Amino acid sequence: MPISKPAQTTAKLQVQGLSCQRDDRTLFRDINFTLTGGQAMQIEGPNGSGKTTMLRILCGLTLPTSGEVFWNDIPIQQDRASYAANMSFIGHAHGIKSELTPLENLQVAMAMTQPRKDFDLIAVLEQVGLRGFEDVPARTLSAGQCRRVALGRLILSRTPLWILDEPFTALDVQGQSQIESMLVNHVTEGGMVILTSHHPLKLRDGLLKTINLRK
Amino acid sequence: MNEAGIFNAFVTVLKRDLTLAFRTRSEMVNPLLFFVMVISLFPLAVSPDPAVLRSLAPGVIWVAALLATLLSLDSLFRSDFDDGALEQLLLSIHPISVLVLAKVLAHWLVTGIPLLLLAPLLAVLLHLPNDSIPTLLATLALGGPVLSLVGAIGVALTVGLRRGGVLLSLLILPLYIPVLIFAANAISNAAAGLQITGQLYFLAALLVLSLTLAPMATAAALRISLR
Repeated sequence: MPISKPAQTTAKLQVQGLSCQRDDRTLFRDINFTLTGGQAMQIEGPNGSGKTTMLRILCGLTLPTSGEVFWNDIPIQQDRASYAANMSFIGHAHGIKSELTPLENLQVAMAMTQPRKDFDLIAVLEQVGLRGFEDVPARTLSAGQCRRVALGRLILSRTPLWILDEPFTALDVQGQSQIESMLVNHVTEGGMVILTSHHPLKLRDGLLKTINLRK
Repeated sequence: MNEAGIFNAFVTVLKRDLTLAFRTRSEMVNPLLFFVMVISLFPLAVSPDPAVLRSLAPGVIWVAALLATLLSLDSLFRSDFDDGALEQLLLSIHPISVLVLAKVLAHWLVTGIPLLLLAPLLAVLLHLPNDSIPTLLATLALGGPVLSLVGAIGVALTVGLRRGGVLLSLLILPLYIPVLIFAANAISNAAAGLQITGQLYFLAALLVLSLTLAPMATAAALRISLR
């Protein structure tokens, strides 16, 4: 059962002069880009080049050394609540509680975003291939299955902007292609995706931007 | 709609933390055991003389309760920090202070309330006069939440550090001292048949103060810790 997302083509994420220093080491300097609805961006770079830091800055968890991130021309630190309502982040630690069942995890995730009563969480679990695992503690699931629960959050959220740190980690081949088609669908429906991954995304030219953090 | 959403988020986080506490019961029992052990060792180590124990009881019970709370604090944000759930809380559309308040309330319900229920039993063990037991309960009911609320600020500040335990004690203990003084003093006064309203008002004032300010301070501290 596909769950459609509202297309938000007017949204815009703009990054101006972003730099980040950690312990006297410059991770990246003067990054500029604009992402509008219907575009994806892949952040590339070798290990330790600051990809994760970049994503954490983009979602407002970390402050950049200089520069600013704008959501619809408003700095994200200024209006956190409305940015949070438009953005979903799945980090390297995906925030799935191992003592809770996948269903309970999704219930918590749902309460953290826009309240919506009409959502069938079982259908979401089915969509990420976890039907039959609703009632077992997440600690008994494999790493890939936990990541699927986390990705289920994206289906729930219906936010236009997805920020994903290595979303394909620990997924099997079928899971990878499933998530990939989910991302492609999101972008073609007018959403935005920013991700770090070594996995090449199958998107039409012009829709996928890349930034390389290699100095 | 939005206020209902905030309330829903508060209840969800509260329920989530209570469920987690229930499923990891052994962690919950640890501070309680500590509380019982410290207090039951006192008569053995100091003196079984009822007069001595009676004068020590208020202080002993409160010091043990305070240290037991301190022992239980680390779990408040630790596991959420480790598995990334804290990031998701910070990125929620709701005010973080509300979610923090739900977490602290859950913490008090699983540690503060059991301490409160055990305290009368241990008070009898220390020969505390029966008519001062209501005062003991009142001080724990007013002071216990203060310990959890103020402790949350310290835990939020140190959660990003690998060995934050010592720092946490150093940060938090000075802030616990007023609670300790007023609470122990109230119980001693009650045992001696003196007025206790002043001390209880002070404890209530501290509770109101920490209830209004601590969630905001904790939210700010969490933002800094996750940076």
